Amino acid sequence: MGKTKTSIFAAKLSELPENLGKTVMIGEVNIALFRLSNGKVYALRNRCPHRGGVLAEGMISGEYVFCPMHNWKISIPDGVVQAPDEGCVETFPVEIKNDNVYITVDDITNE
Amino acid sequence: MPKQKLVLIGNGMAGIRCLEEILKIDPDRFDVTVFGSEPYPNYNRIQLSKVLQGDTSIEDITLNSWSWYEENHIRLYPGETVLKIDKEKHLVKTDKERVAPYDKLIIATGSNPLVLPLPGVKKKGVITFRNISDCQKIIDYSKKTKRAVVIGGGLLGLESARGLLNLGLDVKVVHISAHLMNRQLDATAAHLLQLQLEKQGMAFLLNKRTVAITGDEYADGLKFDDGEEVKADFVVMAVGIRANKKLAEQSGIPTHRGIIVNDYMETDVPDIYAVGECAEHREKTYGLVAPLYQQGKVLAKHICGEQSEGYTGSIVSAKLKVSGVDVFSAGQITEKETTKTIKAYDGWSMTYRNILVEDGKIRGAILFGDTHEGNHLSGLIGKQASVEEYMRAEQAAESETDLVAAMPDDEIVCGCNGVTKETIVQAIKEKGLTTVAQVRACTNASRSCGTCRSLVAELLKHTIGDKFDSSKREEPICSCTTLTRDEVVSAIRDQGLTSVREVMNALDWKNKNGCSKCRPALNYYLNMVNPIRFQDDRESRFVNERMHANIQINGTYSVVPRMYGGVTSSDELRKIADVADKYHVPMIKLTGGQRIDLLGVDKETLPEIWKDLDMRSGFAYAKSVRTVKTCVGKEFCRFGTQDAIGMGIQLEKKFEGLYTPHKVKMGVSACPRSCVETRVKDIGVIGVQGGWEIYVGGNGGTKLRKADLLCKVKESGEVLEYAGAFLQYYRENAKYLERTSAWVERVGIKHVREVLAKKENRDQFNQRMDEALSVIKDPWHEVLHDKKTQEELYRKVKVGADTK
Ligand code: SRM
Ligand SMILES: Cc1cc2nc3c(=O)[nH]c(=O)nc-3n(C[C@H](O)[C@H](O)[C@H](O)COP(=O)(O)OP(=O)(O)OC[C@H]3O[C@@H](n4cnc5c(N)ncnc54)[C@H](O)[C@@H]3O)c2cc1C
Ligand code: SF4
Ligand code: FES
Repeated sequence: MGKTKTSIFAAKLSELPENLGKTVMIGEVNIALFRLSNGKVYALRNRCPHRGGVLAEGMISGEYVFCPMHNWKISIPDGVVQAPDEGCVETFPVEIKNDNVYITVDDITNE
Repeated sequence: MPKQKLVLIGNGMAGIRCLEEILKIDPDRFDVTVFGSEPYPNYNRIQLSKVLQGDTSIEDITLNSWSWYEENHIRLYPGETVLKIDKEKHLVKTDKERVAPYDKLIIATGSNPLVLPLPGVKKKGVITFRNISDCQKIIDYSKKTKRAVVIGGGLLGLESARGLLNLGLDVKVVHISAHLMNRQLDATAAHLLQLQLEKQGMAFLLNKRTVAITGDEYADGLKFDDGEEVKADFVVMAVGIRANKKLAEQSGIPTHRGIIVNDYMETDVPDIYAVGECAEHREKTYGLVAPLYQQGKVLAKHICGEQSEGYTGSIVSAKLKVSGVDVFSAGQITEKETTKTIKAYDGWSMTYRNILVEDGKIRGAILFGDTHEGNHLSGLIGKQASVEEYMRAEQAAESETDLVAAMPDDEIVCGCNGVTKETIVQAIKEKGLTTVAQVRACTNASRSCGTCRSLVAELLKHTIGDKFDSSKREEPICSCTTLTRDEVVSAIRDQGLTSVREVMNALDWKNKNGCSKCRPALNYYLNMVNPIRFQDDRESRFVNERMHANIQINGTYSVVPRMYGGVTSSDELRKIADVADKYHVPMIKLTGGQRIDLLGVDKETLPEIWKDLDMRSGFAYAKSVRTVKTCVGKEFCRFGTQDAIGMGIQLEKKFEGLYTPHKVKMGVSACPRSCVETRVKDIGVIGVQGGWEIYVGGNGGTKLRKADLLCKVKESGEVLEYAGAFLQYYRENAKYLERTSAWVERVGIKHVREVLAKKENRDQFNQRMDEALSVIKDPWHEVLHDKKTQEELYRKVKVGADTK
């Protein structure tokens, strides 16, 4: 059976702190939700490709997050690890309706 | 109450300095408006001759940037001239038809260059030398022509002649007297000066009175009263200055040679003051900045309602700013019948010294070739010191370094700005200055004519030792900026910056969001500079400091509660055990710092555990004061000499929660066996019979370092005093993430000892330390009382599979 996508309410936009990550658990999926100073909101898997650091706790600079474990620099919009390190973090589409932030994940009820 | 309106006419050196003094006393007192005929912010007019000589550029001589005016809320109208003062209606009117009301008015219109009323002075190619526009004109002419003639063999004439030589011109100087700088030098010194300048390529026509400027539309030469002529492509007239009093005169303010003022710089008209070259005080006008800056200070005090003794006049000294020639003159220079002189002439090395003595008191001095004594002599002349005092100082000092060492504390190093040795040394020590530029920024020393720069450098060398290297350029703090740690900290202090974002904006960060290297550093420096006003920027904190717990490899955290000196109790242990059971803490461990660690705690549980523990944070996660380990000490141990536990607890209670450039660990042992590894601690205290030894700069981590002995003291109180002073000095001076071991290594233990040996230094460090300590709160308790932070930092969002 093919996977379907589900859009899930995660948080009120106004309650998300700016320039800090929020840990969002959707079922077993651990997501780092970021609200940047430019107003944009992104969701990444909360797991650094290096050694599994929790990205939600990283320091945010513009559109990058520095992993709290060993300071890898990761682009928030596309999850790409910046040189000299390599790798990619899974991203999840985010939608904002009124003040509500929705994250789209694979339909976990069917998994 | 609305602010009083202060209007300043003249955006030049004296007026703006006076404003700076006013802002220092009371930044909010006045609503300030400044009019300046020149279209530039206040610049260093003195350095114009250096610009001409090619040693510096026009951009580099700005004293107060445009942003300075903005930051201080000063309304500046550059390129606008005040034409009229209406003293009845308290208004000024400008050439742009602006009308500005004032409550207080300061006239600081400076001087105009004196233009000799000769036939032909209106011809093109006759230039004076006073401002940027003149300077540019001269540079333009030099590009098109070959020969220049300068009328005037005084300071200004010779400095501009040197500039013209540098611009590649053939230069002749015409002077009315038989010897150069006749108002500052005697015949011997003038003769030596002439020889030097001739060697540099200048030609002189002395004893010449100019009677006409020849040429048609353009000047092409001069004619003298003896009938001789000289040819030139343009003429620089540098024969003197006249106070610019026209505006005052026309507005009915009493003038004579300048605008007449009393000892408080008040003119005869209420609410109108004059300062600078335009003012005449006790029948004297001045043409050098040192007296003008003194006037500015007096006026600032007076206008802000502070008591002062007023301005009583100045003794001026002069230096010629021509490279390769050192000339100095101060006070009386002509010998009377009663004058005795102390003279030394060395024709071979071309040095000359003439000290004029009247009634056994030093009254004047002329130096040629070697002028390093200049400021010292100025001071002696100023206070009419005795010959004996001068002789004593002379014996003590040989080289320049000896000279600064031998200088009394109150001696003026920077004559223009009246900055003493004491002020400079204090600033170097307290603010950890390492470059002449920093000293200039903090104290104004060498900010004007610049001739004292080498003395300031010597003082730096003398004060901070090997750390000073005039050539060295420090690394910037990270790749987001080109500024070094010291430059950033000075800017935070000087510009009163208050947030990480403001620092990055104000200092033009290349990467305007900063990075994980600079932001925590800036956050620290801001806290260090102004702990009371500091607002923490949690987004610029590493995870551990933001969460007040150490993050572990799997994303859980550890909890290390405070246990002063490593001492606990059965109740406390029971409580810890209960908490560990209640929250199923996976690991309980004794740490290397004599504490108990609860490891593997989920972030959501942290606030609950802290609440149940009801203990203070052990700060095991921060760049801050960590633990003070203690040995059992004399209460229990057969070798113990002191109460190590008591001392450790005192230290820890005093300094807990203090943020530092890097972590700071302490230890107190009660004898040299040193059971708590005292000599690999940042501060290690060892009890001995009748006292304590204090060690600093030890490290047991990545780069092992044995601590150095700072000092030995007798009383426990002194241990706290030295520890506080050492920590504060380290906090103010070290780079972020520099452990005390690296810092002590860098600045040298000898230097640290010297700084802390002085009681007044220790007191000042401790005073600032107390200020920093006064605002410390326990972060765990703070979080417990802050629902919003709990929500934002510790709460996870959990969405079940079925929530849509
Ligand atoms: C808990 C403890 C180990 C233990 O179980 O005993 C510990 C644990 C950590 N140490 Fe340590 N250090 C601990 C005592 C020490 C000691 C011994 C001591 O304090 O007497 C040292 C050597 C002494 C010294 O620092 O001079 C020590 C030298 C370091 C260093 C190297 C510092 C250096 O300047 O070279 C680091 C890395 C750093 O700070 O950058 C470090 C860093 C760390 C961090 C915080 C790593 C981090 O940044 O996340 C560790 C947290 C582990 C965790 O999962 O919680 N730890 N660490 C000790 C806590 C002491 C306390 O009660 O506060
Ligand atoms: C080439 C050169 C070298 C010098 N070297 C030295 C030195 O080595 N040491 C030393 O101590 N001094 C030196 N001086 C002298 C020093 O620069 C002056 O003493 C000092 O600048 C005087 O300050 P002030 O504010 O009184 O006048 P200024 O700095 O001249 O400022 C007055 C300002 O007021 C403006 N103004 C005038 N009238 C009006 C009006 N009606 N409305 C609006 N604005 C007006 C003028 O345009 C000017 O900008 C030097 C001067 C020159 C030109
Ligand atoms: S160092 Fe000295 S005082 Fe401390 S425990 Fe050891 S023997 Fe006792
Ligand atoms: S786990 Fe992210 S940098 Fe190492």
